[in-house]
Amino acid sequence: MFAYIVKRLLAGMVVVVLISIAVFALFWYGPESPARPVCESKTGGKCTPERLANFEKSLGYDNPIYEEYGKYAKGVFVGRELTIGTQRIDCDAPCLGYSFKNNTLVWDDLVKRMPATVSVAGGGALLYLLLGIPIGVAAARRRGSLTDKVLVSSFLVVSSVPYYLFALLAWIYCTLVFEIPVLGSSGYTPFTDNPWKWATGLLLPWLCLGLFGCTQYTRYTRGAMVEALSEDYIRTAKAKGLPASTVVYRHGLRSALVPVVTVFGIDLGVLLAGTIFTEKIFEIQGIGLWGLNAVVAKDLQVVAATALFGAVVMVISNLVVDLIYSVLDPRVRLS
Amino acid sequence: MTQTSTPSTRLDTDDFLVVENLTVEFPTPDGPVRAVNDLSYSVGMGETLGIVGESGSGKSVSSMAVLGLHDMQRTKITGSIRVGGTEVIGLDESGMRKIRGNSAAMIFQDALAALHPFYRVGAQLAEAYVVHHPSASKRDARRRAIEMLDRVGIPQPDKRVDDFPHQFSGGMRQRAMIAMGLINDPSLLIADEPTTALDVTVQAQILDLLQDLQREFNSAVIIITHDLGVVAEMADEVLVMYAGRCVEYGACKELLTHPEMPYTWGLLSSIPDVSADTDARLIPIPGNPPSLLDPPSGCSFHPRCAHTDKVPGALCATTLPELLPGGRGASHLKRCHLANPDEIFARDVLAEIAPDLVEETP
Amino acid sequence: MTERDATRDELVPEEQTTLEPEPVLVPEVPSFDKLAEQSHTASELDLSRGSVLEVDNLKMYFPVKSGGLIRRKIGDVQAVDGISFEVPHGGSLGLVGESGCGKSTTGRLITRLYTPTGGRILFEDKDMAEMSNRELKPMRRQVQMIFQDPYTSLNPRHTVGSIIGAPLEVHNIVPKDKILPRVQELLEVVGLNPEHYNRYPNEFSGGQRQRIGIARALTLNPKLLVADEPVSALDVSIQAQVINLLQDIQKEFDVAFLFIAHDLAVVRHFCPEIAVMYLGKIVEIGDRDSIYSNAHHPYTQALLSAVPDIKQASIGGRRERIRLQGDVPSPINPPSGCRFRTRCPIAQEICAKHEPPLLQIGKRHKVACHFPGPIGHHPDTPVTAPLLGTDAYGSPDPGATPSPAITNKPGYDDTWFDLDAKTLGRA
Repeated sequence: MFAYIVKRLLAGMVVVVLISIAVFALFWYGPESPARPVCESKTGGKCTPERLANFEKSLGYDNPIYEEYGKYAKGVFVGRELTIGTQRIDCDAPCLGYSFKNNTLVWDDLVKRMPATVSVAGGGALLYLLLGIPIGVAAARRRGSLTDKVLVSSFLVVSSVPYYLFALLAWIYCTLVFEIPVLGSSGYTPFTDNPWKWATGLLLPWLCLGLFGCTQYTRYTRGAMVEALSEDYIRTAKAKGLPASTVVYRHGLRSALVPVVTVFGIDLGVLLAGTIFTEKIFEIQGIGLWGLNAVVAKDLQVVAATALFGAVVMVISNLVVDLIYSVLDPRVRLS
Repeated sequence: MTQTSTPSTRLDTDDFLVVENLTVEFPTPDGPVRAVNDLSYSVGMGETLGIVGESGSGKSVSSMAVLGLHDMQRTKITGSIRVGGTEVIGLDESGMRKIRGNSAAMIFQDALAALHPFYRVGAQLAEAYVVHHPSASKRDARRRAIEMLDRVGIPQPDKRVDDFPHQFSGGMRQRAMIAMGLINDPSLLIADEPTTALDVTVQAQILDLLQDLQREFNSAVIIITHDLGVVAEMADEVLVMYAGRCVEYGACKELLTHPEMPYTWGLLSSIPDVSADTDARLIPIPGNPPSLLDPPSGCSFHPRCAHTDKVPGALCATTLPELLPGGRGASHLKRCHLANPDEIFARDVLAEIAPDLVEETP
Repeated sequence: MTERDATRDELVPEEQTTLEPEPVLVPEVPSFDKLAEQSHTASELDLSRGSVLEVDNLKMYFPVKSGGLIRRKIGDVQAVDGISFEVPHGGSLGLVGESGCGKSTTGRLITRLYTPTGGRILFEDKDMAEMSNRELKPMRRQVQMIFQDPYTSLNPRHTVGSIIGAPLEVHNIVPKDKILPRVQELLEVVGLNPEHYNRYPNEFSGGQRQRIGIARALTLNPKLLVADEPVSALDVSIQAQVINLLQDIQKEFDVAFLFIAHDLAVVRHFCPEIAVMYLGKIVEIGDRDSIYSNAHHPYTQALLSAVPDIKQASIGGRRERIRLQGDVPSPINPPSGCRFRTRCPIAQEICAKHEPPLLQIGKRHKVACHFPGPIGHHPDTPVTAPLLGTDAYGSPDPGATPSPAITNKPGYDDTWFDLDAKTLGRA
């Protein structure tokens, strides 16, 4: 088992390195000099070819790519010193570069924005499970009945609406039209500043994410549960004289969770890497919004950082899923 | 064995399990499927009933009804099933639960699928114990689980109790399954194809075990199987099912040596025997089992029966024969229009399938 | 599907049903006498024609890898370990044994679904063991396989016609327009309605699907069919139909069978010769009488005594039998010497030291045991000791030399080891 984790971690690291190389190369060989956005912002839009060449030189874009990548990688692990024109900036490890747009170190921004994204993603994901699994179980237990059919078809309707529309409508109606007291005041307040405001501010984003995402989880859970409940060991459990709830939850749900956990791991990874629509609509300064703005502003260091961050999050969440797997299914653990 | 004169009175008050006119119907989009039709039988303490039939004959469905294991919302069950004097049909869920796994237990084929893959064998046994002994402590339940594993012949039960089912061999899993069935000393044990997936030497071990345990606990046992050899060695009485109905019912020795229903003949003639005469023919039953959605008219077996030419007129196709005593005593029942089945079997069938036995048969 | 499709022989013509004024039941199936006539007795051995397949010291080891960070090879599963046998032209050899004994692996080796680790597979004197896929292609026409599960072995998206006709296309044997007639011919041979070539497998019952599988195997007129548990997934009444069909086919097309099954009674009926396997080895091989009435290996004896016997009904109770203790050991680390010794009721010291040779003890009977004999009459001293050049406890005997009679070649010799005289010679 330990060897397995180490193996998965190594494989994950390879993935992260490959992604960082790909992102790095993408900008390096892009249609436009990677120094141009910096040059534009520093010179107030008067970026002449000479100035651009200067910037390229000072940013190291005239060196071979592997050399620069080496510096970048070194920065991530041990930190480096950045020189922009005459300016010298100490960039401690993990150094992800410097945002010329915001005039901040990328890592500092990332750390600042992480709590908001983690709050949105964590709450939303929790609602995926808290709503999706019980409803899915209920539908599976009553499969074929009217309740089941109503649930399944209404959830199909919800999930066929594009998410941004769903969230946008929720925001418009809750905040602007009806001004619902608690739901209306969306926005991010750090938990440490005011837990109550933190929770109420995030309530609407959570509900949007949760309600929308749980439809999918209801479907997964229902499917997995229907399958689990038709297994022989469920019949055995019934034949032992166990109460129906024990049969359904202890024997049925335990097996049905395995496929649900897989999907959840991927979803949680996606959410943590940035909930772009949610953050944009509810004006939450999280990683998704940060990345989006960076793309618009061609803030390459930030875009690279969000990509790298996304990769790391996915690798970790996949590993966690595997670990949960082995907790759920002893056959995985013992083989 | 119960001695009775007519089918309606063959039910004995001493019998632990009494099934009368049991009908099990599943509504399907294509119409109702009557999986069990007007089935009656009884099993006394210390007795073994073998229920024989092919897939779709209703043999498993009927015994699952005894424990109320069907989804009640989607099953129509009529008739009467009395377990230790308690009427089970119409019994509420909590009443049913008191019987399941307690006074009546069931073991299934393919123990790998029938045991939960995620829980330790011991925990699954203990769970079965605790549910009917709510006052038992965790430690009691574990001790009881180890005791049962030991009883069914699992080596080092105090260690193996913490194994998962996939760490057991096939034979050991089936033993564990039996231990789980017997953990509450049931008076009735229903074994649904208990040895089907097992190798012969393991099958023999499991059958030995079942027999020992029955002697020890004096329980009533039902063995559901398609293997007439297993029935021959295990059962006191045999019930042959075809298309949801009982087609022949009688004492094991009587029924297997003087079968009176052509379907039973067909089963006998279509299985080779390890010690048979090599001149014996392997005569199949032609065709396929009928669809229960659209069962044949008259006798369900008539479209596959090779002996309808010996029944006058079109009786086989028009009239369902009743389950009545044939020519060999009141306790041997058969559902067939043939007037002299014993004679036909001895003269025509036996000569082909066991030429070595013909002279011995009077 | 009606029975009409499944029953191969002349049925009462349709018109009669409609013209008949009297309410007389026209049976849909032949009368019992007719049915009996069409059915077969146990297959017989024909020794005059030599063998179509010779398997010589065949081995299949599957590597076992460690679970650690670097997956090293830590051993082998010795699934098949040096087996030799012959399948006669147009005859059948049964391969029996319990799960994990290597019988299915043997079948896959002979159809070259696996490449053997060692040994030879001589099909009509050509060694298939080391052929490349290209060299094998013409051979594959000759050796076909029938699988156990008729539900999973047929592609549900292909029509029966294309399943059966596929081999013809692959091997480019007949022109495109001749494929359908051949398919219909084959459907008729296996007792299905030739008009149904356009249907899909799910429209057929289990027994009918097995017939489709058989038709597919017959498409290229093979000389050898490897049938791996061909009837064990079928209902009892259908099993007999398929066995009779296989016997028909054997007679009609002169095809030989390697018949792999765990059901000893079915094998006895179908195969005049049988090999019994245990943990990758053949422990006993011989003709039907030698194995079923005169088994000399304790494992064969235990296996046979464990089969529930329907004749027991007239006696009542269980049959006397040899009880084997425990489970089959792991093939990764098989016991030293004789692999059966850990469960053998008559094992002695020599059994742990020396693997018993497969010794011919009758005209067509070989057994791999140091103490071969009928139940209750196993010798007290190992008959193999003098042949192996050891004393009775398996320690080297300086005075004795290993006998050249100990070989592991397929087939039988004209002289054999006489158990009563304890010498080599004709009995």
